[in-house]
Parts: sequence; structure tokens; C-alpha cells
Amino acid sequence: MSERNLLLETAAAAMPRWKQFVRNLFRDLGPVGFFVRWAVLLVFALYFGLPLLWLLLAPSKDQFAIISLNPLAFGSWETVVKAWQNVNAYVHGEIWLWFGNSILYVAVSLAIGMAISIPAGYILAVARFRGRNLLLWLTLICMLLPQSAMVLPLFLELNIFHLVNTPWAVILPACFFPFGVYLAYVYYGSSLPTDLLDAARVDGCSEWALFRHIALPLAKPLLGLLAFISFNNNWNNFFGPYVMLNNDKLFNLPVGLQTMIAATSAIRPGFNTTPGMLKFQQADAAMAGLIMILPVVIVFLLSQRYVIGGAFTGSVKG
Amino acid sequence: MSQKTANAGPRVNLKLRRTLSAYVFMLPYLLFMLAFGIGPGVYAFLISFADFKKGVPQYFSAGFKNYITAFKDFRFAFTMGNIAEFLVVSVPLGIALVVVIALLLHMRPGRLASALRTVYFIPGAVTGPALLLLAIFMFSPAMSPFGFIQQALGYKDFDALIAPSRLPVIFTVIGFFSGAGMWIAIQYGALEGVSTEVLEAAKIDGCNSWQQALYIKFPLIRPYIIYQFILIFAGNVQLFVEPQLMGTTWIMANVPQQWAPNQLAYSFAFDLGNFGAAAAMSLLMLLIGLGAAYFVIRWTGFFDIKS
Repeated sequence: MSERNLLLETAAAAMPRWKQFVRNLFRDLGPVGFFVRWAVLLVFALYFGLPLLWLLLAPSKDQFAIISLNPLAFGSWETVVKAWQNVNAYVHGEIWLWFGNSILYVAVSLAIGMAISIPAGYILAVARFRGRNLLLWLTLICMLLPQSAMVLPLFLELNIFHLVNTPWAVILPACFFPFGVYLAYVYYGSSLPTDLLDAARVDGCSEWALFRHIALPLAKPLLGLLAFISFNNNWNNFFGPYVMLNNDKLFNLPVGLQTMIAATSAIRPGFNTTPGMLKFQQADAAMAGLIMILPVVIVFLLSQRYVIGGAFTGSVKG
Repeated sequence: MSQKTANAGPRVNLKLRRTLSAYVFMLPYLLFMLAFGIGPGVYAFLISFADFKKGVPQYFSAGFKNYITAFKDFRFAFTMGNIAEFLVVSVPLGIALVVVIALLLHMRPGRLASALRTVYFIPGAVTGPALLLLAIFMFSPAMSPFGFIQQALGYKDFDALIAPSRLPVIFTVIGFFSGAGMWIAIQYGALEGVSTEVLEAAKIDGCNSWQQALYIKFPLIRPYIIYQFILIFAGNVQLFVEPQLMGTTWIMANVPQQWAPNQLAYSFAFDLGNFGAAAAMSLLMLLIGLGAAYFVIRWTGFFDIKS
């Protein structure tokens, strides 16, 4: 530590405890800055958090409680249990089949997608070769292609190979992850020094070893983040499976839940349910929504450690 | 490539080997890009010049007819105006808020900051039917936890709140709710990559947290902000889910059926069976996003290798 800091610390030791505490709290933000920072962060915590809290409580309220009770009040356990049973009763617990499908699709496309994207982004950032600029532009174009333009061509293409209505129709297009290539490109471009690579090359390191032993370990925070984004995108992938699959045994959760809710009266007042179909309520829809969201929360909490872990402490001067 | 070797032979070989290995690293990605990006994209381009009157597409027979159909549609100017208004609100606001939140969080990394980041991130998991359900309730003053604010502003019910003139702001609010968390995580990750030595040095020179954020961290995460701009701009041009959910007839909201250009594209394809005009509309949206990207990339030198 510098002399200046040492001086400050000696001065701090002479102060009463509460003053020390306050000093420590504000540090160099200043009292106004401290409160501004917290005010902004808390306002956004409410903006993002309150709807989530509401959603978490929604399965406990029936149609009447949802209007009459305070928005953030808890309804009753009875309603929660009933909602759970209703969701599970749909085609004998088909929701868990979709759940399993979702996990399969997400896991496979995540593994393949990452294995393809990271090396590509790395090479685009560190190597000069003919066509590099073209590839960067093409990657960008692919990222910006509207889904509405892609649906029909993709369907026809997969149909040629008889892959429509198989898990591959969902998995293969999802392995193409230009977003990951770009993020890896930006990451390596701004935090991997080319000098470091040149030095290793002089020492006789092969190109593969460079990637394996320098670039890959350096990208730990990136890997966590990218894996999570890929997971989240594919977990929520609605349009792809919606178009490619028509066998409800192959559905993933979003498509399954959509059909489940559309088949009932949960969010369509006055829309009569098909005879024999169970009568779905808002509480049930909210329960189904929670079942979809919960895995994302869990994975985020688990992967958070890898995303921020602190393993990366800038090998670059900046 | 500054080191000089005595004879040229091995150097050329070395260069060739490096170029070759670059292509090997790229190869799997290239294949997937051709199969699921460029290929279908080129086909969409062909479709935009095809005639669909006979059921099976007649390639190249339509000329620019599909484009003219799309541009002359009575909803074209309306949807374009709407999306322009939405972009003006959502793009600067979205990017500025994400960057500010990430910088504020990063001033004091710790348990509280990471707990908050989690809270910001989780809404990203709320999509499709769940987002629809949530948005309706959040904008219903009688049931929403924000109801007291909405009522204080004079909006008694959902219909009063959801007026056409407020749609750009309302879609921004919904979109930011489910989309901002991912970008906050990315920008925060970028800030994690800022060298601690640089920050230490600045601290010793008497730079406080605000100055560090403004003069050191912010310039260093610029590439990520450019990346965010490109994707947010192009993504917002293609706005679909929010107006589509709000526009469905069963909510009594006065939201037109086709509010955004992307909805118009879907309407061409699935209401009118005119896939050519739908493709033309989609390509126009691509062109707008790409134009913005081109402008920013050339302006900032985003593609240059840092040496």
C-alpha cells in the first residue's frame, strides 16, 4: 500500500468507532454518492424484483383473492397445492416430459455451441487471415437476421434431411451461436495481449497448445457467462420448437406450457374449455410459469461463482 | 509480426501454418454458419423475389413486386413510424441504464452487489406466456404492486394506462424488464476484466470511485457497449413479442393488431400467405439493423485488431 493510504489508516485508527464505521461505509464515494448509488440500485431492485415476488405469490391466490387481496399478500396453501395438482394432472404429468426434453435440448446445444464458438471467436480476435473481415460481417449479419425471415428456409432445409419433428430440428440450429462467437471475439480482443501469444510461440508452443493453455484458462469468466446465456436462450426457445415440432411428446417447456395454457381458460376469460379438459386458473398458469423459471434461477445461482469468481485479474495493461 | 528472421523460408512456412490453423479453428463454426445462418438467409433473399400465387414458389418471377406490395401496404408507414418512436426511446435509455447499473454495482463488489445482480438477471427467464401474464397484471392498477404509483398518476385501470401514445414507453418498460439483466451481467463481466493494477494505480493517484468509473472503467468497456448497441438496435427494430401479446383481441386494450413492422411481416406470411412480401419486410428490418451496425463499426474502428 502507498504511503498516503498508510497515513489515512493511522488517522482512522485515532477516530471513535462509529466514525470509523461511517468512514468505512462511505469510503471514497462520499455521503451523497453513497446514497445516490443505493437509491438507484434499490429502485431498480424493486422494478425487477416486485413483479417476480408477485409471480412467486400468484399460485397461492384464486381468481377472487388476486383482486381482493393486497398485491403482495399470500393467499392460501390450499390454492398452491391445488395449482400444483392441476398442473401435474395435465395429460398425466406431461409437463415433466417437457421438462426432461428441455434439459436434453439445452445441454446438447450448449455443449456443441460452446465448443464451436469459443475457438472461432478466439481466432477472429488474434489471427490475421484472408476473409477475417468478411467472417466478422457475416457473423454480424447472421445475428441480426430476423427470425421471421429464417423460419421458412430453416424448416424447408431440415425437411430435406427428414429432421423435422425430431429433437435435432431444435438442437442443430441452436448450436449455431454467433452471439457467443462475437462475445468471445470482443473478450479476447480486449483482454488477451498478442505479445503473450507471440512470446509463447517463440518458446515453441503449437497453435492448439496456445489456445488450450493460455486462451481457454484466461476465458473462465467468459465461459461461465456464455454458457449461462446459451442455457437461458435455449431454455426459453419458443419459436424454433414451435415451428419444427408437432408431436407433443417432443415439446420443450415453453411450447408445452403455451399449448397447455392455450387449451384452457386461464388467460382467456369467457373462452370455454374443451369438455373433459381441466379448468385452468391464473394460479395454475402462474405455477406452470414458476416451474419454468426456477431452473434458470438455480443455474444462475450456481454458475454465478464461475461468472464473477474473481479468477480473472486482468493480464493486460488495459 | 514484428520479429525479424534471418532467412525468409521458415518465416513463410510459419505464416502459412498459422493461417492454416486459423482456418481449422474456424471450420466447424463455418459449417454451422452456412447451414443455419447464411444458407437460410440467402434462401430468404430468394423468396423475397419469388411469386407465391400458384402455391409453389416461382423464383425470380416476381421481380420487385413483393417489395412494392410491402411498402405500399396501408400499415407500412404506420408501423415504421411506431418503430422509429420506439427506437428513439428504448435504445439510448436501455444502453445508458444498463451501463450505469453495471458501473454502480462494480464500485463495491460484494455480496450485496451480487445479490442485486441476481435480482436484475432473473426476469430474463420470464418470457412468452409468463411475460404476457405478468405484464397484464403489472399494468392493472387494481392488482399491481405498482398500482399505487399508477393511481397516483391518475390511471384508474388497464385501459386508461395502455394508450397508443404511451406504447413506445410501455414496450420499453416490458422489454427492459426481461432483457436488461443479461446485458448488466455482460457489462459487469467486462468490468471484471479491467485490470486491477490500473485501478490500483488510479487509486494511489487520488482517483475516487466515481472518477474511476467515468474515466477508466467506462472507456475500457467501450467495445462491449458498441456490441450492445448493435444488437439492441437491430433487436428492437424486430420488436414482436410485446405488441403481439398486447394486441391480441382478448385483452380489451386499444393496441392495433399490427403495430410493429415485424408483426406486419408475420401478417403477410400467415394471414395472407404472401411469403414473398414477408421476406421483403424481414430483409428491410435486417437492412436497417445492419445499416446502424455498419455506421457504428466504421465510425469506431470496432473490427481492427488491437496491437
